[in-house]
Amino acid sequence: MSQLLAVLIDGITYSSWLFIIAVGLTLIYGVMKILNIAHGSLYAIGAYTAASIAGHWLAEGYAPMGSYAMILLSAVLVGLIAGPLIERGLLRFMYGRDEIVLVLVTYAVFLILEDFVKLVWGVDPYFLFQPYGLLGNFDIGGLTYPNYNLVLFGAALLIGGALYWGLTKTRQGKILIAVIHDREMAGALGVNVGRVYLVTFTIGAMLGALGGALTAPMISVQPGIGVEVIVLAFAVVVIGGLGSLTGAALGAIIVGLVRSAAVHYLPEVELFSIYLVMAAVLILRPKGMFSAAEARKI
Amino acid sequence: MKRDRTVAMLGYALVILLLAGPFAPRWAMFLTNIALCYGIAVLGMMLLMRTGLVSFGHGLYFCLGAYAAGTLEMLFGVSDMALMLLAATVLSGVVAAILGLLLRKYREIFFAMLSLAFSMILYGLLVKSSSLGSSDGFNVTARTLFGFNLANAPYERYVIYAITVICAFAAAVAIHKYLASHNGRLAGAIRDNELRVEYMGASVRNTIHVNYIISAVLAGLGGALAGISVGHVDPVMAYWTTSGEFVFIAILAGTGNVLAPFLGAAIFETIRSFAYEYSPNTWQMTLGITMLVVIMFLPGGVWSLFARARKAA
Repeated sequence: MSQLLAVLIDGITYSSWLFIIAVGLTLIYGVMKILNIAHGSLYAIGAYTAASIAGHWLAEGYAPMGSYAMILLSAVLVGLIAGPLIERGLLRFMYGRDEIVLVLVTYAVFLILEDFVKLVWGVDPYFLFQPYGLLGNFDIGGLTYPNYNLVLFGAALLIGGALYWGLTKTRQGKILIAVIHDREMAGALGVNVGRVYLVTFTIGAMLGALGGALTAPMISVQPGIGVEVIVLAFAVVVIGGLGSLTGAALGAIIVGLVRSAAVHYLPEVELFSIYLVMAAVLILRPKGMFSAAEARKI
Repeated sequence: MKRDRTVAMLGYALVILLLAGPFAPRWAMFLTNIALCYGIAVLGMMLLMRTGLVSFGHGLYFCLGAYAAGTLEMLFGVSDMALMLLAATVLSGVVAAILGLLLRKYREIFFAMLSLAFSMILYGLLVKSSSLGSSDGFNVTARTLFGFNLANAPYERYVIYAITVICAFAAAVAIHKYLASHNGRLAGAIRDNELRVEYMGASVRNTIHVNYIISAVLAGLGGALAGISVGHVDPVMAYWTTSGEFVFIAILAGTGNVLAPFLGAAIFETIRSFAYEYSPNTWQMTLGITMLVVIMFLPGGVWSLFARARKAA
């Protein structure tokens, strides 16, 4: 019984984490049709920035609770700087090219940013463990968990809710949906498509960085963390259906629970269970679980 | 009609590479060797790209080929290089024939993602297989070639190099002929417009399936040669970054000619080796910038420079 409970709690925590790292990816794909490999680097940069800024904050002896604000600030900073830089400086020259070419462009950006991280922060690991333990623990069924898990869960809910509300209930969101459906028509009707893309990419970048910043307290921040995250995020969004918000949530829950079950019951299959699910979903529902049918254009 | 000089050029390259091998410094021979292994794999990638498909999981076959060669020695005690290569190509071909049944229905990003998933499954399996060395992999040695003893011979490295050169030559000629054949010409038509190809009575899925198997066999061959040349195999060969490198080289080189993948692989390996030597923390950055420059200014890849020069001549 307690093992099942552990599977559930670990699964939910892991799902929340997956949702946070994957949602930016699906947002950018949904609007811009770019499968952004550089998302992994933004995650890494977010983690490093948080480790630096929040680490500095704690080292200076300011109120420890402020480190959470610093984590948030790092993500916003990274998003606001890297997002416009990549979108305005590079991607906007590429619109209209093949989807695959755009994937490769972001792959190139990914390679560049991987080394950028090493140049700025060096190759030694950074640690930002204080925020993880600061909130204390909670007990459930004889198991003890850090309250930080709840922070992740809350953040995932908040992000998902805010995006859902923003997309369906606000004017900007409706404009965004118009752009998704028909970019040229929306442009002809007076929507500033370039600005919509810029804002979308910046928000997506911010979410990627936030994923990294929130993860920083749980791991040792070192080179290579982005490489693993990006395939995981791919798996999540592909399972749910590329570009679908509900899909990303469902994909995160599935992958999270599958992995947590694998870790507890069959540790040998942990790593590839996720990709097994990804392949299975793609085989049964080639475009993922939540994806609208598309008319074939000749 | 213009005379086709590709085969002649491949022939010159074969002779030059074989003759230069013994005189070249060891590092240059090794660099060429590895570049050719990658080139063979990218040749398969090129065939897929000409069909309009990009696989982000060709590392699957690269790794499968390498492990097929390696496990042959480790589990069955067979260490003949020819048999190793045969095992690698057969295994890759069989696996591709099975996975192709599914993959042939997919296009664009979904094809890329499903093949990525397959290669990551293999990676996950290998990392957890302690009998195969988990994430460290294991060493591979080819002791004989068609029964002739290779081990400890002073010319061992050269023989492996020469076999690689010959394999690369054979693969390039075969693909060149294939591209000019009925099926090969369908590839370009499928990329341009599948529906019309179907209307004209050809089977898009069959053609894609066949091309997929061919490209997998090449990747497997390249992987086995790479494993034998380096003397070591590990699961990273199936990781998405390896597949990404293949796509990278294919784009860098362009898909205009069978020589392009080898040119691309040579450029790639040279950048990697030298950048890694002189600034280990910025070699990926160098690759990324090269890639962006090529995508922006040379949409047809580096090969298009040669094609342009020839047209002007």
